Amino acid sequence: MPPAATPGQDAGPPPHPDAPAWTSGAGEMTAYAQGCSVAVEIPALILAATGAGFGALAHDAGIQFGHTAFMSVILFATPAQVVLIDQLARGSSIWGGTFAVMLTAIRLLPMTVTVMPLLRGPATVRWQYALASHFVAITAWTEAYRRLPKLPEQLRMPYFLGLGSALVMCLLMGTVLGYLIAGLVPPLLTSALLFMTPMYFTMSLVLNARQSMDWWALGAGAVLGPIMFIAAPGFDLLLTGLIGGTIAFLAGRPRT
Amino acid sequence: MTNLPDGLWGYLVLLGMALVFHEPWRWLGVVLGRDLDIESPLFSWVRAVATALVAALVMRLTLFPAGALGKLPPGVRVGAFAVGLAVFFLAGRKLAPGVIAGAFALIAGALAVA
Repeated sequence: MPPAATPGQDAGPPPHPDAPAWTSGAGEMTAYAQGCSVAVEIPALILAATGAGFGALAHDAGIQFGHTAFMSVILFATPAQVVLIDQLARGSSIWGGTFAVMLTAIRLLPMTVTVMPLLRGPATVRWQYALASHFVAITAWTEAYRRLPKLPEQLRMPYFLGLGSALVMCLLMGTVLGYLIAGLVPPLLTSALLFMTPMYFTMSLVLNARQSMDWWALGAGAVLGPIMFIAAPGFDLLLTGLIGGTIAFLAGRPRT
Repeated sequence: MTNLPDGLWGYLVLLGMALVFHEPWRWLGVVLGRDLDIESPLFSWVRAVATALVAALVMRLTLFPAGALGKLPPGVRVGAFAVGLAVFFLAGRKLAPGVIAGAFALIAGALAVA
């Protein structure tokens, strides 16, 4: 366990001033249940809508129902799923699709790196980190940043596991629903559902931006992204992340 | 029809793809991030990289989307995005009004130019 943790007697650090009321005296099961309750909040509903858009897309591409639902559970990253469907629908080989999926998955590395320290608690064990990492995608990443710092350390991991499992269920239910209604609703509606994803991502980034480095990263990514997409398609996200992130790091560093 | 095999083989292909090429990036993140100091410059840099990456992904999903969304005129997509973002800020940085307004603006815009 981390040796640098609380030197205090029995109680840890004082509670966060904005800690939710349920946290006082709460155990791990309560925290898990509270995490699950995110399923009825806006981010989870948007994720379900994205899932519906994905399900409809997969239906139109001729992917089998079971395979479509399976993708939402084992990949649990809608950009990877949409890219895979798009590649397959264009007649790409399995390897072509796999390569595209791998390129989108690289973004999960920095996201996971920056979520893990938030989950550290006095009783956190290794398998919990591994399980929690499967839930890391943009929704869980942004919600973790918004919610976890306000929670006492020992409740963060169970809360995140609840949040993550609820998000997987929401994506799965959205996917199933979208697949089933695909032939019945106009394609414009499924387009609108998929369009909610970039909007939600953008607004989440704005809500989570605290320091000038965050704003620099947002701006640099938005400007460099399309340039890199044209200059180096496939590697655009990776290059934009590295170059834009480094620019933001240098420009937004707190002066000491 | 796609190149994804039907039935059981399809599941195995997807499982292999996820476990060999997708999930390891998350596992590597666990190994690298577990003991990282949240106050360190390295953490700040990785966070900036992740943020820039998501911003780039947003632009890609909006400007160069796959599927039926990509067949709508770019002006409709960008305009709807601007409407959604404006409503988000006007509503006091609330997610739901912004996202819903953006989706409706996209539908309205697509019907208007059709």
